[in-house]
Amino acid sequence: MEVVKYSILKNTYYDSVTLMNISKEIKSFKGIKEALVGMGTDLNKELAVNLNLSRPELQEITPNDFFVSVLADEDTAIEDVMKQVDEILNRKNASRSGDYMPKTLDTAIRYEPDSNLVLISLPGKYAAQEAKKALNNNLHVMIFSDNVRIEEEKELKDLAVSKGLLMMGPDCGTAIINNVPLAFANVVRKGHIGIVGASGTGIQEVTVLIDKLGEGVSQVIGTGGRDLDGEIGGLMMLQGLKALMDDPETRVIVLISKPPHPSVAEKILKSAEGAGKPIVVDFIGGGMGMAERYKAFAAHSLEDAARKAAALLHNEKVEDFTGFSLPIEEINKIVEGEAGKFVQDQKYLRAFYTGGTLAGEAMDILGKDFEIHSNIPLSPELKLENPMVSYKNTCIDFGDDAFTLGKPHPMIDPAARIERLLQDAKDDELALILMDFVLGYGSHRDPAGEMLPAIMEAKKSMEERGKYLSIVGYVCGTDKDPQGLRETENKLKEAGVVLMPSNAQAAKLAGLILKRQSKGSGFVG
Amino acid sequence: MLAKVNELFNKELKVINMGLEYFYNDLKEQKVKVIHVDWKPAAGGDKKLSSLLSRLK
Repeated sequence: MEVVKYSILKNTYYDSVTLMNISKEIKSFKGIKEALVGMGTDLNKELAVNLNLSRPELQEITPNDFFVSVLADEDTAIEDVMKQVDEILNRKNASRSGDYMPKTLDTAIRYEPDSNLVLISLPGKYAAQEAKKALNNNLHVMIFSDNVRIEEEKELKDLAVSKGLLMMGPDCGTAIINNVPLAFANVVRKGHIGIVGASGTGIQEVTVLIDKLGEGVSQVIGTGGRDLDGEIGGLMMLQGLKALMDDPETRVIVLISKPPHPSVAEKILKSAEGAGKPIVVDFIGGGMGMAERYKAFAAHSLEDAARKAAALLHNEKVEDFTGFSLPIEEINKIVEGEAGKFVQDQKYLRAFYTGGTLAGEAMDILGKDFEIHSNIPLSPELKLENPMVSYKNTCIDFGDDAFTLGKPHPMIDPAARIERLLQDAKDDELALILMDFVLGYGSHRDPAGEMLPAIMEAKKSMEERGKYLSIVGYVCGTDKDPQGLRETENKLKEAGVVLMPSNAQAAKLAGLILKRQSKGSGFVG
Repeated sequence: MLAKVNELFNKELKVINMGLEYFYNDLKEQKVKVIHVDWKPAAGGDKKLSSLLSRLK
């Protein structure tokens, strides 16, 4: 019989990625059926209850206490589990190899007085107070954490603007400052395109495609997703825009955001109009007319934004790009090859994304021909009743709160997406899976390798039922990323994944294959 | 006069990392100058006490 065993360490703090690694290792131990390792936050206490791992003593602990709770065989001693936890932590400490780690920001500033940027990924409730300290010490700040109140964000950004500092975030996933990728960012060539963006994976996609076009970036400033809301008023996008206008290395500026509050969009475009440098705007899924009124170059997709920026840099004619890099005949051949293998009742698409903006862009493209149900739908009536269960054509953003509460982002931990792929492969009406693989610092060191066994199993399971599973993918990465672009792409291709050179093209191809199957025509004329 | 942001663009980036040690390791791997703060909630996470403490400094 299995029983719940637990241990509590008072006043011991570990970050969420460390906790994830401990959880993963413990779950693989013999005799352990379920495990939860975490800080005593309300969320973790609730998770413990949901997993039947809670005990009254666990409900009494504070967010400053570390706990381990397992469902294990009767003869597994919690002391042995804790010994293993200790070993994992010691291994981690050994890898720090004697680096000095001060306990507070103040001490860090005293020890390294010429530091110039503070990267904060503390729990949201503590992030704002540390950011304020940093700004008051004239340090630029990037807050990766979410769950910072919008009033605090406004206060921090007002303070930063008054001091001429960067306050990137909260919820800022990506930045590249002085060619250094911060948090989730790719290794991109140095160049003359400057970017200010309110969307992490949106920025990653544009920078990666700029690199693939043989160009590079000067500075990439993230603002956090709420910057262009009415409450914040675009404070950091305006600050970033001004810095890029004054930066001699920046010759073309790209602005990226989900559709902003109209008055904020207007304010930003007005300010950009006087930049004296060409401006490309991608207000994903909207705002093209307004951008053009202010003489900015409006983009149809993230790829179109990258291509327009490169063309402007070369003083070339700026043309819309909404098609494919490959010749049409090649695309038609792929469409026919994939759709020709389906059996009649296979008709639905499942788009499983780790990048929220990439998911949004895919829905924008596919939504023209199909109703796409989602946990982040384009219109409210398409909202999935239960994000854990797909319905007809479905697109899932695995980075959404429903999947990340108490867990690391899917770009670090692919477990939720693996599980979902295997679950949906049991659906006889499934035809096509569309998925992204985001490389770069921050991301899992082998996102394709982690996914591969599930991809092969899903394909095999459908094959055994006389069906064909088509998988279309896109790898968002450069050849300089630590994962290796070529290695990643080769692994996926060998497993039968059709890869496209951009997210927009992957979504478009998926749409054509699906159309070919459902309506008998998916050819590009 | 250049804004502080533009001054930053002309300097070597030197980072203080607070939170995920993962980001510290990424920066170290790229040979970026970085120091990691071994952070714990002040005053055991007690907000009132912690704000008193920070006023004392």
